[in-house]
Amino acid sequence: MIKFKLNGSDVSVDGPEDTPLLWAIRDDLGLTGTKFGCGVGQCGACTVHVGGRATRSCITPISAIAGAEITTIEGLDPAGAHPVQEAWRDLQVPQCGYCQSGQIMQAASLLKDYPSPTDEDIDAVMGGSLCRCMTYIRIRKAIKQAAIAMRSAKTGETSNG
Amino acid sequence: MIKRILAAVVGLAVVGGLGFLWYAWYPALPKVALPKSGQFSAAQIERGRIVAAQGYCGECHTRQDLGGGPTLAGDYAMQSPFGTIYSPNITPDPETGIGGWSEEALARAMKLGVSRSGAHLLPAFVYDHFTKMTDSDISDLYAWLMTQPAVHMTHRENTFPLSITPRIVLAGWKMLFFRPGDFKPDPNHDAQWNRGAYLAEGASHCGSCHTPRNLLGAEKSGSRYDGAVVDGWIAPPLNEHNPTPVVWTEDELFAYLRYGVAPLHGPAGGPMSPVPHQFLSQIPESDVRAIAHYFADIDHSAQRVSGDKAALELAMQQSKRDLLGPTTDADATLYQGACAACHYNAAPSPVLGRPELALNSALWLDEPNDLFMVMLRGLTAPEGQSGVAMPSFYNALSDHDMARIAAYLRRTRTTRPPWTDLEKKAAEARKLVEIPPVNSSH
Repeated sequence: MIKFKLNGSDVSVDGPEDTPLLWAIRDDLGLTGTKFGCGVGQCGACTVHVGGRATRSCITPISAIAGAEITTIEGLDPAGAHPVQEAWRDLQVPQCGYCQSGQIMQAASLLKDYPSPTDEDIDAVMGGSLCRCMTYIRIRKAIKQAAIAMRSAKTGETSNG
Repeated sequence: MIKRILAAVVGLAVVGGLGFLWYAWYPALPKVALPKSGQFSAAQIERGRIVAAQGYCGECHTRQDLGGGPTLAGDYAMQSPFGTIYSPNITPDPETGIGGWSEEALARAMKLGVSRSGAHLLPAFVYDHFTKMTDSDISDLYAWLMTQPAVHMTHRENTFPLSITPRIVLAGWKMLFFRPGDFKPDPNHDAQWNRGAYLAEGASHCGSCHTPRNLLGAEKSGSRYDGAVVDGWIAPPLNEHNPTPVVWTEDELFAYLRYGVAPLHGPAGGPMSPVPHQFLSQIPESDVRAIAHYFADIDHSAQRVSGDKAALELAMQQSKRDLLGPTTDADATLYQGACAACHYNAAPSPVLGRPELALNSALWLDEPNDLFMVMLRGLTAPEGQSGVAMPSFYNALSDHDMARIAAYLRRTRTTRPPWTDLEKKAAEARKLVEIPPVNSSH
């Protein structure tokens, strides 16, 4: 049995140690916001946070995250109002939407490392998150908008970061 | 005349043989009753706990495979060129452990490599280092060991071919390679350096993994801390031959040894992972600082540190290459898809949690072992930087993909000559990962 924290709550998963974290999150723990894309860590759709860092859950075994803190799209913000999510809605970023939870998790993690990301930062960090609807231009715009929102929130109240 | 020479030769051989037997023979020490727990003061047991952590006893005396085993109960499988050696139980169980050992017996094992029975111990038990430990440290260690939970457990049989021959062979090995004796402080250095040297050369036995061994398995005295292969990983050089572009300063070494991650080098992976997380984080900070201080001298960081600023700037420039706009390098595309999201860094310095590959020894060593091992295995949350994980690319990247990424990184992030036969080496590394870490997801 592997124990870890999922979106702030203690959870445990019974199953082989080599079970991909994505399966545990979706099938055992019932949170289906995280998506299966390529299954080989090359598309970013399954991205969650492990210890606050964007991680491809489809190739991360549950044995590797024992005791760790996992955050999925459902836990990024209790009201679904993380600045990245707000910018996403505001700019109507998604087309089909399938890759978007992974995109948002990767973007939220990017903004923690680089609060004022350049185009270069965004391309480099988001380059592993594919969107078949080609919403990349809107993704880049939304990340910059979220960055501005987060920076101004930081100067005012406590941030959601 | 010939008879006389023969007689002289035979005579010398007999005297030599008797001398060797005298050298090789040790008596069994009497089995004693398990000391009563009240015999040791709490302070002594606590000091012993620290000594045991300095020496990582629990690492090689606790089974790791087959789902793990009870702490200190032995059966850890140690691979050697001569076969697999299974470590003994060192819990105070009187039958299967060391419950019947006196303090004298433990001290003799540590200082001379001789078991309570009088048999010579395999040098997998690194008494070439433990011999440098002080009597008082060993006494404290005894107090701690004897007050740990006793576990009744035997270990698997060694697959070591020499186990069928008398252990007198080991006496010959010891005569050739083992020099018992206390640690001798170097008067040319201060107390902190000497404390670090005492720990590194003694209990912490750094050379056991970081010094290459000769054909008979002894550390090569002329290649001290030149680095060596351990379980498929390269334990990098700890001396001036360490190839990382930014040198290992005392602060970098301290962060790595204490917390398992050095900002300008990266996380501890593979067999090194438990050293910071399970052991050196559990001893006084001043001891870890002393070890760092010692190795910062061994690697001559003070003489080499002047190049660090330029090396860091260069690494930061390289980190962002090939990632903006359409790339012309197909290998870079592989890297971008699989690695860059986590490993890209922007100036002026890497973000903690984004190990900068251009600074990591894995890219700069003579062989790609460490790069391939970490790609295949990933890093678990307790390893490396605590609480974060690297996925396992075992099923995600073929040997060919891994070879291309390795060649690309070597070509673009280092000034070292290209690695050769990369696909073959990737396949060899894959064979060493006996159980794929993650089930195929597709």
